[in-house]
Amino acid sequence: MINWANLISQMFNGLVLGALLALISSGLTIIYGTLGVLNLAHGAMFMLGGYAGYVAYTYTESFVVAVAAGSLFVMVAGVIMERVIVRHFYSRPDSDQLLVTFGISICFVELVRFCFGSLSLTVPPPKLFAGITSLGFMFYPTYRLAVVGIIAVALLVLFIVLYKTRLGMIVRAGIEDSVMVSSLGIDVYKVFMVVFGIGAMAAGFAGIVNAPVVSLTPDMGEAILVQTFVVVVIGGVGSFPGAIIGGLIAGEIISITSMINPGYAYVMLFAAMTLVLVLRPRGLLGSASRE
Amino acid sequence: MLKQRRFLIEALTAVGLILAPFILPHLGFAPNTVNRILVWGLFGIGFDILFGFTGLLSFGQSAFYGTGGFFAAYLLTRAGFPHVVTALFLGMIAAAVVGYLVGLIALRRTGIYFAMITVAIAEVFFFVEFNPLSEWTGGENGLPGVPTPHFDLGFASFHFTTGWSLYWFLAFCYFVGIVAALRIVRSPVGAVMRAIRENPLRAAALGHNIHAYKLTAFVIAAAYAGFAGGLLGVLQAFMPPDAFTFETSGQLVMMSAIGGVGTLFGPLLGAAVWLFLQDFLQSALGLGASWKLVLGVVFVLLVCFLRRGLIGGIQDLYALATGQRHKREAPEEGIETAADVAAAEAAAPLPAANESPDQPHKGTILQAKGLTKHYGGLAANSDIDFAVDHGELRGIIGPNGAGKTTFFKMLTCEVHPTSGSISFEGRDITGLEVTDVCQLGLTKSYQINQLFNRLTVRENLVIAALAELRGKYRLDLLRRIENIPGLTEQIEHTAQLVNLTRRLDTPVSELAYGEKRRLEIGLALATSPSLLLLDEPLAGMSPRERVETVRLLKAIGRGRTMIVIDHDMDAIFELAGKITVLQEGKVLVEGTPQEIKNNKLVQDAYLGGMHEP
Repeated sequence: MINWANLISQMFNGLVLGALLALISSGLTIIYGTLGVLNLAHGAMFMLGGYAGYVAYTYTESFVVAVAAGSLFVMVAGVIMERVIVRHFYSRPDSDQLLVTFGISICFVELVRFCFGSLSLTVPPPKLFAGITSLGFMFYPTYRLAVVGIIAVALLVLFIVLYKTRLGMIVRAGIEDSVMVSSLGIDVYKVFMVVFGIGAMAAGFAGIVNAPVVSLTPDMGEAILVQTFVVVVIGGVGSFPGAIIGGLIAGEIISITSMINPGYAYVMLFAAMTLVLVLRPRGLLGSASRE
Repeated sequence: MLKQRRFLIEALTAVGLILAPFILPHLGFAPNTVNRILVWGLFGIGFDILFGFTGLLSFGQSAFYGTGGFFAAYLLTRAGFPHVVTALFLGMIAAAVVGYLVGLIALRRTGIYFAMITVAIAEVFFFVEFNPLSEWTGGENGLPGVPTPHFDLGFASFHFTTGWSLYWFLAFCYFVGIVAALRIVRSPVGAVMRAIRENPLRAAALGHNIHAYKLTAFVIAAAYAGFAGGLLGVLQAFMPPDAFTFETSGQLVMMSAIGGVGTLFGPLLGAAVWLFLQDFLQSALGLGASWKLVLGVVFVLLVCFLRRGLIGGIQDLYALATGQRHKREAPEEGIETAADVAAAEAAAPLPAANESPDQPHKGTILQAKGLTKHYGGLAANSDIDFAVDHGELRGIIGPNGAGKTTFFKMLTCEVHPTSGSISFEGRDITGLEVTDVCQLGLTKSYQINQLFNRLTVRENLVIAALAELRGKYRLDLLRRIENIPGLTEQIEHTAQLVNLTRRLDTPVSELAYGEKRRLEIGLALATSPSLLLLDEPLAGMSPRERVETVRLLKAIGRGRTMIVIDHDMDAIFELAGKITVLQEGKVLVEGTPQEIKNNKLVQDAYLGGMHEP
């Protein structure tokens, strides 16, 4: 016997998680697509966004300021990380890039643990979206509905930046062939820095927007990172639409399976990834050239 | 580095393991710490074979560590299985089987995809252990009460309990593990693994089934992880569920990188440093939980500045101290004496694998019909008919963009034609993989060098020759490379043909450009092809190198069938018996050098139609 109200509420949860994953994965995938670096610190960026927002919130009690501070802080952290460390790794093997970003992620996590401790922290939702909303057949937390909207707007902004601006055109061209872009006289390294900043900001923004839904812990980024990987494998590396579709698929799989048996959520997610790998190894919307 | 005196490393390891209990306590190591280091070290041997030797960075080794550990622990605790060592082996086999299945999926992609997939898989295993299988694994409680090994030999009985007593058991396991691993990395399989790490595409093009070898490395790594996981349970008398966490995988990766990958001993050293630092920072400096922050910073610095880890750093220091670097013979800038070239010319042609010298084949060896390749709307090749006879030396020329390289790639099945067919020695090879075609005796040298850069000239040639001598896949893990019949002769003969005999033990990265070009040809030659394709063998050479290389090519061409692409007309006219001219993806004309020289169409193609009206 299926409990329809429960199913629909889980599907909403899936939508929230899916939207979140879509945004984080877009950040990861445009960084990888353009720079060729898989940022294993991306999950830590998500966590940093939440904590930076938390700090801003405790001082100002304004959620808007918290969101702005969280995303800007992570953007700056991303730019610094790219300038100081990652740029020296562009010509080194993939495995070195993975190792160094993995090391950086540990530094971020342990730094936050050092400053804030391991106990979980919470950020309340903004007053405008507090409480619950009646959808006629069930009640649902207002803020979660708002998250879907907020992230949809963020994705739209990202879409406009990527597809309607000169910078976006350069970034998309860089995903196709960054050598060619640099031979056209464009300073590819400056573009790399900007892309890294934008990608990190996407994760940081998601981190603070999600903060009222979950509680903050220093290692919250790890689980998100793993889910993000699955999303990228399903959607196809370097594909922005792929990240969105992959994110929504992953979010729904996790939520709906959790309703039946939470223990199998990852198994189902993994099964979906395996299916994609077997039937379409490059991902749903990935291009064949990128490996 | 691993090719020193026979058994030297094994003997040193044994001495080190025997002396450790007498030395390490004075350095502040508790017996339990040393035992944990050994378990990590053993876990890391497999990982190093996977990452350091095969070049596959997995962040999911915890899946196999946990699988092997829980399988053995379950047998010993819940199932009441009495023999500890047998249970450990069964755990190892379980991990290897799981590794095989996981490898089938994870190895569908390479590079960062592989890393991401392994992370995801490891996370799944963690959740499976916690939930669906918690009745068997104890969920978050783990499995307590894992017994320690006990041997009753009749005349004497040994019981390895805790501390230094258990150390001897673990040290023995580690020793066996390292001896086996040394055999593996020195075997032909080990050579192919290194080839995959250096240049997977060329390894495949030389006739090795790289997917099968990668899977082999993956299963070996899983087996080591499984055995080490079982030992973890024995060591702690309890199988902890956190063996399955991502943190375990990450810790293994970091330990290996700290110690130095590609050394087999890196993880052991890395674990020692890690556990020592943990103790030192936590207790002596009173940092408490924030010791990991220090570790993280140290790790990032290490990856930035000491990319080969501590062992690599020590090797560099040693080389610096002994001045070994400078003693190496300076490259001769590609200058060969006339005698060297003469020796190469004198070298008897090595018969190709499936061609007996007494009865040279007659007739067509390669035939292409209607070969066409479209890239989107661009037709690189259209409707090419092409045939080469046994013993022929064919030249292919054509202006840039004529589709010469695409044509070669189709012949060797690196790319598949849009339409048309290719037959080689009477057999249809259209649609085969490049590896299989190389095994049939058709291979090519590349326009842009595709070498195994960190290996020596000899190792490069060995990799090529192994494909021919062993087929595309064989699991001779414990065989010594030196014991393969015919290998040494083939390497030396090939080296002589391409005039690299004196450079056999030089790393490729130290070769002069002309020498690399010759090695590029040598790699293709060492597979003993019955048809050899050379894609611009003279590209980028100085006029003098060209003259010498043409002489070498002549020597190589004796008794062999070759097709040569080059822009150097004089060289082609000198070498080839017959020439095919390609233009705009089509065959323009075919004929003897003399006919081609005087052909109006060819002159037009090259001179852009500047003839009188």
